[in-house]
Amino acid sequence: MTSQIINVDKLSREFKGSGGTVRALDAISLAVTEGTTLAVVGESGSGKTTAARLILGLDTPSKGSISVLGQEITSFGPSQMRPLRRDIQVVQQDPFSQLNRRHTVKRIIEGPMLAFKVGDKKSREERVIELLEAVGLEREHLKRKPHELSGGQCQRVAIARALALDPKILILDEAVSALDVSVRAQVLNLLKKLQRDRGLTYLFITHDLGVAHYMADEIVVMFRGRIVERGTRSEVFDTPGHHYTAGLLASVPVADFTDTKAAVSDVIVQATPNKADACAYRSRCPIGKNLDDCASKALTETMSSATHGWLCHFPIDR
Amino acid sequence: MSNLIDVRNLTLTVPSTKGRVPVVQDLSFTIKQGEKLGLVGESGSGKSLTAFSLMRLIKDPVRIESGEIYINGVDVLKLSAEQFRKYRGSEIAMIYQDPMSALNPIMKIGDQIVESIQLHNKISKADARRFAIELLASVGIPEPEERINSYPFEMSGGMLQRVVIAIALSGEPKVLIADEATTALDVTTQERVLNLLNRLAEERNLSVLLITHDLGVAAQFSDRINVMYGGKLVEQGKIKDVFTNPFHPYTRALLDSRCDYTVDVNKPIRSIAGQPPRPDNRPPGCVFAPRCEHTISQCTSEAPTLRSVKERQVACIRVEELSVRN
Repeated sequence: MTSQIINVDKLSREFKGSGGTVRALDAISLAVTEGTTLAVVGESGSGKTTAARLILGLDTPSKGSISVLGQEITSFGPSQMRPLRRDIQVVQQDPFSQLNRRHTVKRIIEGPMLAFKVGDKKSREERVIELLEAVGLEREHLKRKPHELSGGQCQRVAIARALALDPKILILDEAVSALDVSVRAQVLNLLKKLQRDRGLTYLFITHDLGVAHYMADEIVVMFRGRIVERGTRSEVFDTPGHHYTAGLLASVPVADFTDTKAAVSDVIVQATPNKADACAYRSRCPIGKNLDDCASKALTETMSSATHGWLCHFPIDR
Repeated sequence: MSNLIDVRNLTLTVPSTKGRVPVVQDLSFTIKQGEKLGLVGESGSGKSLTAFSLMRLIKDPVRIESGEIYINGVDVLKLSAEQFRKYRGSEIAMIYQDPMSALNPIMKIGDQIVESIQLHNKISKADARRFAIELLASVGIPEPEERINSYPFEMSGGMLQRVVIAIALSGEPKVLIADEATTALDVTTQERVLNLLNRLAEERNLSVLLITHDLGVAAQFSDRINVMYGGKLVEQGKIKDVFTNPFHPYTRALLDSRCDYTVDVNKPIRSIAGQPPRPDNRPPGCVFAPRCEHTISQCTSEAPTLRSVKERQVACIRVEELSVRN
C-alpha cells in the first residue's frame, strides 16, 4: 500500500438547479500522506465540505476519482462503502446535533461497535472506557445524555465514537469551530496527542487559519471550488504565492500589537464575480482585476517546489 | 468626556433547583461617547445578557434583580416599557450574529430600512427612501439606488450585515451594540465590516459595545476591554495594556489558550483545565478559583471585588504579587 492514504484526482461535483449548473468542486486533486494532517481552508462556499462528503462516500462525484486506502471508491455504493467506514470516520462541527440526544454517552460510543458487531458486551464496555479515558472524560459521564454535557464534552464524545473502530483516517469538518477558546485548545491538544499515539491521518477542514496552521503538515487553500494554493505549512503561511492566500492571511485578526497592518478599505470590492473570468478570484484580486490574461487564459497549476503550487498567472513576486 | 452608558451593580438571576441564582453578578462599567468597548468571555460568561439588559430585552426566566443602567444620564430600568421605546433604536441599537434572522426574507431591504426610518422620524416615504439610500451608501454598499430593491436572499452574508447596520443606524442612535456581529462572516468580509464599524464610530461619534469570543477581533477593534467570566467582570482596562500584560489569571489563561498563527506548533497550547461554572453550581469565593493555577485557600472562601490597579480594574486578591512576579 502506498503511504498516500487518500488520493483525489481531478474531482468535480456539479449541482443542477433552476439557475443553471453550479460547479461546487472543479477538478481538485489532492493526496494525504499516512499519519499526517492535511488542512483544507477556504471561506464558505469554497467546496470544503463537498470534498469531505465525496471522500466519505456520502455523495457521488460528477467527474474524477477518489481512492481511499488504496481502494478506488468513486463508484462505490453504500454496501461497498460499508467495510471502509471502519477505517474512515468523521467528526462534525455541531457538538450536539451529531449525537443522538436520546442515547447515553456509553451507547453513543458503543454505537459503531454494535453496528459492526464487534466484540461482546464485556469487551465493548472495556473499549468504551478506554476511549473515554483517551479523550479525557470520566466514567461518571457514561450514563449522561448529550444535553447534560458541555459543548467541549460532546465534541470529545464525538471523537471517542469516531475512534471506536480504530480507524486510520479522521475527517474533521470544522470540528473545533463551535468551541470556546479554552475548550478548543483542549480538543486541539487531544487531537494532536491521538494522532501521535495512534498514527492517525487527519483531513482537517476549517475556515480558521490559526487552527489550520497549528494542526497541519500540509495545507490546501480552496476558492470557489478550486484549489488555488497548496504547500507545506511554512510554504503557505510564510511565502504564499496566490493573492487570495495572502489576502486571507492579512485579514486574520490577531491579538498582537506588534504587528502593524495596512488599513483595508471597508467598502465592498465587488459583489458579483464575472463567471466568464478564467480566474474566479479576478474580481477581488488586487493584481489581476485589470489584466486580460486573468480573464481569458485558462489556469494550470504552477509548482515552485515538490509540494508548493498555485493557480495564478501572476503570483506574488519574491 | 461624559459617560454615555453607565452600568452600576447589575445583577441578573435565573431560577434553579436552588432558588434564583445569579448569571450576571454585580456588574459595573461605563462607555464614553465615541468609545469602542470590547466585551470578551466564553459561552455562559454573561456577555449577551449584558447586551440584552442594555436593550431592556431581558425576559423570563431571566430577571434583572438589582442595579442601574444609565443611558445618557437616565436610569432606563426605571422607565416604563412605553417610555423606553423612545430609547430603543434612537439612543441605543443592536445588531446580532445572524443577519438573515434579523431581516424579513420576503420584504425588499429598502422597505425594511424605510419602515425603520419612519418609526423614528415623522417624514414622508420619499424622504425616508432618500435617507435609506444614503444609509446604504454610508455602510459601503455599492449602487445603493439599485440595491435598495433587492431581497435578502439576493445578497451575501456580509452585505446583509451591512443592511442590518444601516437599519440600526436609521434612528441615529448614540450607542451601537454588536453581539458577535462578525462571527458568521468569512475573515476577509469580517475585516471589512469591522473597518466599517470603526469608520462609523469615528464619523458619527458613536459609542460601540463589541461583544465577541474572538480575542483577535477584540484586539483590533476596541479602545478598552471588559473580560467576563462566570457572570462577573474580572478585568477591564485599555485593550493594549490588558492584552499585552494581563493581570487577572483568567485573562492570561484565555490569551494563552488562543490558537492563531503566532503560536508554536510544536508545543501543546496552554489550555485551561476544567469547565466554566454552571449558574446553579458556582463556587464560593472567586468564580475562577477551581480552574486557576494560582489559587490559595483565601480564593475559595472570599469573593474578590473589582479593584483599581494601575489604570485598570481587576477582581483578584493576588493581583499585586502575581503581576509583580510576571
